[in-house]
Amino acid sequence: MANRIELFLRALGKPLVKFIASLGELTLFIAKSIYHCLTPPFYFKLMGRQFMDIGFYSLPVVGLTTIFAGMVIALQSYTGFARFGAESGVASVVLISVTRELAPALSGLMVAGRIGAAMAAEIGTMRVTEQIDALVTLSTNPFKYLVAPRIIAGVIVLPILVLIGDIIGIFGGYVVCVYKLGFNPANYINSTLQNLESLDIVTGVVKAAVFGFIITLMGCYNGYKSKGGAQGVGEATTNAVVSASILILVFNYIITELFFAK
Amino acid sequence: MSESKIKISNLHKAFGKKVVLDGVDLELRKGESLVVIGGSGTGKSVLIKCIQGLLTPDSGSILIDGEETVGADREQQAALHSKMGMLFQGGALFDSLTVWENVAFGLLENQKMPRKQAKTEAIRVLRQVGLAPDVADLSPSELSGGMQKRVSLARAIATKPEIIFFDEPTTGLDPIMAAVINDLIIESAKGLGATALTITHDMASARKIADRIAMLYKGKIIWEGTVKELDKTDNPYVLQFINGLSQGPIKVEI
Repeated sequence: MANRIELFLRALGKPLVKFIASLGELTLFIAKSIYHCLTPPFYFKLMGRQFMDIGFYSLPVVGLTTIFAGMVIALQSYTGFARFGAESGVASVVLISVTRELAPALSGLMVAGRIGAAMAAEIGTMRVTEQIDALVTLSTNPFKYLVAPRIIAGVIVLPILVLIGDIIGIFGGYVVCVYKLGFNPANYINSTLQNLESLDIVTGVVKAAVFGFIITLMGCYNGYKSKGGAQGVGEATTNAVVSASILILVFNYIITELFFAK
Repeated sequence: MSESKIKISNLHKAFGKKVVLDGVDLELRKGESLVVIGGSGTGKSVLIKCIQGLLTPDSGSILIDGEETVGADREQQAALHSKMGMLFQGGALFDSLTVWENVAFGLLENQKMPRKQAKTEAIRVLRQVGLAPDVADLSPSELSGGMQKRVSLARAIATKPEIIFFDEPTTGLDPIMAAVINDLIIESAKGLGATALTITHDMASARKIADRIAMLYKGKIIWEGTVKELDKTDNPYVLQFINGLSQGPIKVEI
């Protein structure tokens, strides 16, 4: 009997130890990353390249996602509200759902797929081809050179993307309401502006900054610790996207709770 | 010739239960070229990674210019790295940069040399390893394996290091290209007066570039001597290795 208990505990122990070890590893990685993000030297040129990659080249994806999200919300809420004769509420529903939830969460998920994967693949390849070791031997800190520019760019650029996404999403709702459902354009714009509250925008932007951190961190972390050639890099890419997506959804809830739960 | 550049004593390193280095003692004098030979998986790479601080040894001591590097802090490590250059087995060229930016990486990032001057310097070093200036603006992926090795060598020597490490410099090259790289290694190390530590299992290359040869087996240095001594040795392990025999005291773990 005692033997069985021991066996059971052993079976439980190994994955548990592994899990806690990787949690510790991640925590150390985060601490190191933040430290190197805040201390010089800064690689502005590399940061600039990341701004372009994460920000500018994500614009089409974010634009398409948010415009359709705004459109579908307008259509759905109209069918709901029409039953109560409350069509005038559509504008404010589009406004609130796009700025608070849809633009940050959907943009975050799309960018996670686009950028998180690319980052993990790039840094993972650099790891398995010894390019990261080469950086160290050339007296360059890989955290400063590879990780910090990506994280800084992610945290700054995602809020900007989301602000643009807000505008495009609301425009999507406007298009559906005005051209399909026959709303009066002036009234629609008016009620959008009247319902516009800074808190809605702020929560969206705060979320975006956190998501930017999560996406770049997961991309860098998974790439950085990848090993074992092409297969390892492939795994790192998958893990980066999956973990970033899940964390985005979890933190989306947590931040909403912090702002709105009273 | 007598001044000690690197002195390793009783170095231990294990990964989990697998003991890789089990008490390595090794000394390199200033300006000499030492080649460490040994089979695959005997810990040659781990040894140079420990010396460079890419891996932290479990115990033991590594003195470089009389200074202890095991447990050194980040600033000391960075100072050490500026004395070292390394030719990686796979080249490890940065594929997001052009050839000349690779070669000039140390000059640009650490010595803060202006770009124009760094490029001129990079082209000079490229010429030294036998590459024409017009490869400078290509990307590393556009080059052949042998050319990548040369660029990697150029990057290793561009900062004029005092110590250069060569990790299997001739692996994956045809015999002629291997001979060319060997000559370049000798030239560049001698030209800089640098201390060179090479790990390889290519005996032809070892004979050509070594002042002294050491053999690593089961985590220990089991034999050490000059190339002449190598030909006269009766050490059964060394004999089996240099003659490439499948039968002998070294059992290949399959």
